[in-house]
Amino acid sequence: MPTESNAVEPRAVSSETLRGGQMWSRVLRRGEVLKLTDVEGGASVAALLFNAEQPLERYNMPDTLKAQHIARLTAGNVLYSDMGRVLCSVIGDSAGWHDTITGHLRADASRAKYGAGTYQAKRNDFYRNTRDNFLIELAKHGLSRRDLHANVNFFVKVVADGEGNLRWVPRTSPGAFVELRAELNVLLVLSNTPHPLDPSPEYAPKPVRVDVRRGPAPAPSDPCRTSCPENERGFTLTDHYFA
Amino acid sequence: MALKESTLEPSRASFDQIVESGCGFSRTIRRGETLRIIDLEGNQAVDTLFFDAHDPTDRYSAPDTIREQGNIYLTTGTRLISSEGNVLLTIVADTCGRHDTLGGACAAESNQVRYALEKKYMHNCRDTFLLEIQEHLQPLTKRDIPANINFFMNVPVTPEGGLTFEDGISGSGRYVELLAERDVTVLISNCPQLNNPCNAYNPTPVRVLVWGAA
Repeated sequence: MPTESNAVEPRAVSSETLRGGQMWSRVLRRGEVLKLTDVEGGASVAALLFNAEQPLERYNMPDTLKAQHIARLTAGNVLYSDMGRVLCSVIGDSAGWHDTITGHLRADASRAKYGAGTYQAKRNDFYRNTRDNFLIELAKHGLSRRDLHANVNFFVKVVADGEGNLRWVPRTSPGAFVELRAELNVLLVLSNTPHPLDPSPEYAPKPVRVDVRRGPAPAPSDPCRTSCPENERGFTLTDHYFA
Repeated sequence: MALKESTLEPSRASFDQIVESGCGFSRTIRRGETLRIIDLEGNQAVDTLFFDAHDPTDRYSAPDTIREQGNIYLTTGTRLISSEGNVLLTIVADTCGRHDTLGGACAAESNQVRYALEKKYMHNCRDTFLLEIQEHLQPLTKRDIPANINFFMNVPVTPEGGLTFEDGISGSGRYVELLAERDVTVLISNCPQLNNPCNAYNPTPVRVLVWGAA
């Protein structure tokens, strides 16, 4: 079901559009809300998250899944760090499913699937891959491939059947969005590049709009905080960090 | 589920050691050697990581392993893929049938989130990993600990996107066996978790064997 937070004040901090293939990073301050919009439909955005004050603390896929008994992310879920704290809450989501178990595109896989797509031939439409984008953006913050762990894939849906077999679920309607509220000061790294399971043989990543705005602190009745007892405790531990 | 027994004889193993629950273990496994982990008493989660022995920044990757085989569970035939896309080891025998790689390792902090703020004192796999790398695998740090494998652990996922920790499907004497495709370092925490059924609420020892290249 599409949901969008009404409580967010509409004060834009920044608004920009990422071209297909583009990378991005910034520190979201606690309380800032980032909205990703799949403008044309069919986009996929890979993401890494860190505590900006201490990047040794980072997004932890297994801790996020097992705390909330989920195998995907949607509104009402939160993204946990490996230190029991909430990095971000998913406060709005019209897509209903965001993957975090199937990783990202590497240079070798991109070349095998799409061809070389070199800068020499394509100029700035060259075929960028997620891992190279992550490594470049991580380097700007003093981080390396040692810090590159299981990522989130926004707008990607891959389901597992009863035997565990994966199936890519296409999603093409334009305008899908997801809203993240930062609960720590979060270093967010994005790569707007194709997901390795996308069956399309064409290298054609779609534009994604990135809006950042300030919002109010989560209320005690916040839907992400109260969605399960585990998240109540996760928010308590996060509050202790700033107390 | 791909049950397959091994023909290797424990009496011919070049290495044979018991790892008690709550303890860590690490060792280099050379290319061509075979590693077996035996669940001696049944339903014991064995949190396990692998690193390229010569470049530990190239390490086991759960997302790459899952995606490349198109299935979230590990069993006979699974190739364990590294973060750089290399095959570290292949599962060549498995008498349990299914192993988890989404549940990660228990930690003091995640135990607080999952169970109660007062659970922070309890022993956990992440602490075991950290002590093992401090003592034996320098210069690795917490940065180098990715999402791990949980041999013998049962974490079913539903098509609707649910995930639960269920009673184990392993039993006394069941084992998993892996062939090293390159020189690797194995890092094990024999799980001390007492808050969920992953160890049947009774953590028990496992046995680690290594055979030389055939």
